Amino acid sequence: MEIDPFIFRLSIFILSIFVGYYVVWSVTPSLHTPLMSVTNAISSVIIVGAIIAGLAGDTESVFNTSSIFGFLAISLAAINIFGGFLVTQRMLAMYKKKKKDK
Amino acid sequence: MISANLSAVFYLISGVLFILALRGLSSPETSRQGNFFGIMGMVIAISVTFLSIGNFSTGFIFVLIFLLIGGLVGAFIAYKIPMTAMPELVAGFHSLVGLAAVFVAISAFLNPSAFGLGFPGNIKLASLIEMSIGAAIGAITFSGSVIAFLKLQGIMSGSPITFKGQHALNALILISIVILIYLLCSTQSSNVFWILLAISFIVGFLLIIPIGGADMPVVISMLNSYSGWAAAGIGFTLENTALIITGALVGSSGAILSYIMCKGMNRSFFNVILGGFGATEQSSSSQNKEQRPVKNGNADDAAFLMKNASSVIIVPGYGMAVAQAQHALREMVDTLKKNGIKVSYAIHPVAGRMPGHMNVLLAEANVPYDEVFELEEINNDFANADVAFVIGANDVTNPVAKTDPQSPIYGMPVLDVEKCKSVLFVKRSLSPGYAGIDNELFYRENTLMLFADAKKMTEDITKNL
Repeated sequence: MEIDPFIFRLSIFILSIFVGYYVVWSVTPSLHTPLMSVTNAISSVIIVGAIIAGLAGDTESVFNTSSIFGFLAISLAAINIFGGFLVTQRMLAMYKKKKKDK
Repeated sequence: MISANLSAVFYLISGVLFILALRGLSSPETSRQGNFFGIMGMVIAISVTFLSIGNFSTGFIFVLIFLLIGGLVGAFIAYKIPMTAMPELVAGFHSLVGLAAVFVAISAFLNPSAFGLGFPGNIKLASLIEMSIGAAIGAITFSGSVIAFLKLQGIMSGSPITFKGQHALNALILISIVILIYLLCSTQSSNVFWILLAISFIVGFLLIIPIGGADMPVVISMLNSYSGWAAAGIGFTLENTALIITGALVGSSGAILSYIMCKGMNRSFFNVILGGFGATEQSSSSQNKEQRPVKNGNADDAAFLMKNASSVIIVPGYGMAVAQAQHALREMVDTLKKNGIKVSYAIHPVAGRMPGHMNVLLAEANVPYDEVFELEEINNDFANADVAFVIGANDVTNPVAKTDPQSPIYGMPVLDVEKCKSVLFVKRSLSPGYAGIDNELFYRENTLMLFADAKKMTEDITKNL
């Protein structure tokens, strides 16, 4: 009997939870705020689904109920992607070490 | 147009890049590179999606337009937002992820053939379950984050809103969500789908209103986790590896942060989620409210004490963020350092309104991160320090947590501020902290209270140094 592809996806999911568990414990507490903003940004990879939805209009019109929800989701996810990565970058640029010359 | 197998490989690569993005955050030196990996992962995922659809028609232009609009808004917010507003920003961003998940799920429900999931009214059973779970968690994340945002912004009162039968109602609604998902799968009716979404929005709202302002670190971490699970649910529906990996990463990340925050308050996760903390404690604290003498000082006294110290430990809290006192504080510390005084910063895990909140504010004020220490790293140093300067923190310094088993905060890890030779406590009034309990520290022999706005007091001390 063949294995359902769902089981493979489930395996990836479960293993990723473990990877996430160990990777996040190694994040230094002083960077917990950037951690939240960057996880925000990467979870917006949901834009992939939004793009598929947006391009699923029929031949007569680009817009139908389904694709409009897709377009709206694209904008929402894009706010998060750009906002999330840029604000993380802005924060990380502020973390500086003590100057040696003192 | 690229093959499904090739695009799956690219999605896997972008998933790996996201793991590296989080890995980079293990130290400030590697963090910037990590962020770059994250951006690369996102660029790959988006490009591959375009290539795999391969439909560069009018729809494509609209996709770019909406992408651009969102991108501009996001970039604008990222550059304009003050660092003190970071908790609100993160809560707001969570709500957007949640809403995007809901929209994608709606879109997939209305037009399943575009996603290869079957046809309207006859969607594959597994896809329907995954889709409805993703949509329900997304909706809970959205409305929950909106409430968290309103509470953090001060538009909505930060005090917990509780009513009788709240827990029973929540339990009932959660059960009804499970029943609705079952109904949806057996009937494929779109009406059931809409009811499911509506009820999920209500749950998110009901879950967050009973949670008080200072529990926000837990709430934000928890919503972060939810947004991850929502993304993973949609990832299963779309059979997309990048989304599944990311969802799992974000979900576990948020869960760990919630755990760390709960441990910082010595409270169980359920205790926080069930809410009402603070509201119930106020009655017990009012009983033993006798007036006790405190030593009251001014900027001149504080400057004198610090000038004669050889080491000073700063304990910042949410009050510093409210007063925007971080820059003034840095200037004060610079003056102290010029006088040869050793200064370090002590940060409690739940100081502020989100994990790592104080660290970001200090970094913004150009405080080098190697002068900033976590609770376990610095707690033994208080005994050897001359002055502890508590600015905007309260409950996290209360020695009662170590001595009085009756206290609601008993067992919570606290900073051993009272072991310092002298304690300077900047506070606007003698009012109890968020937990509604008196701080023992106020009445100690070696404590000098400085009643003023944190920023103004710090500036005055600098003038007097």
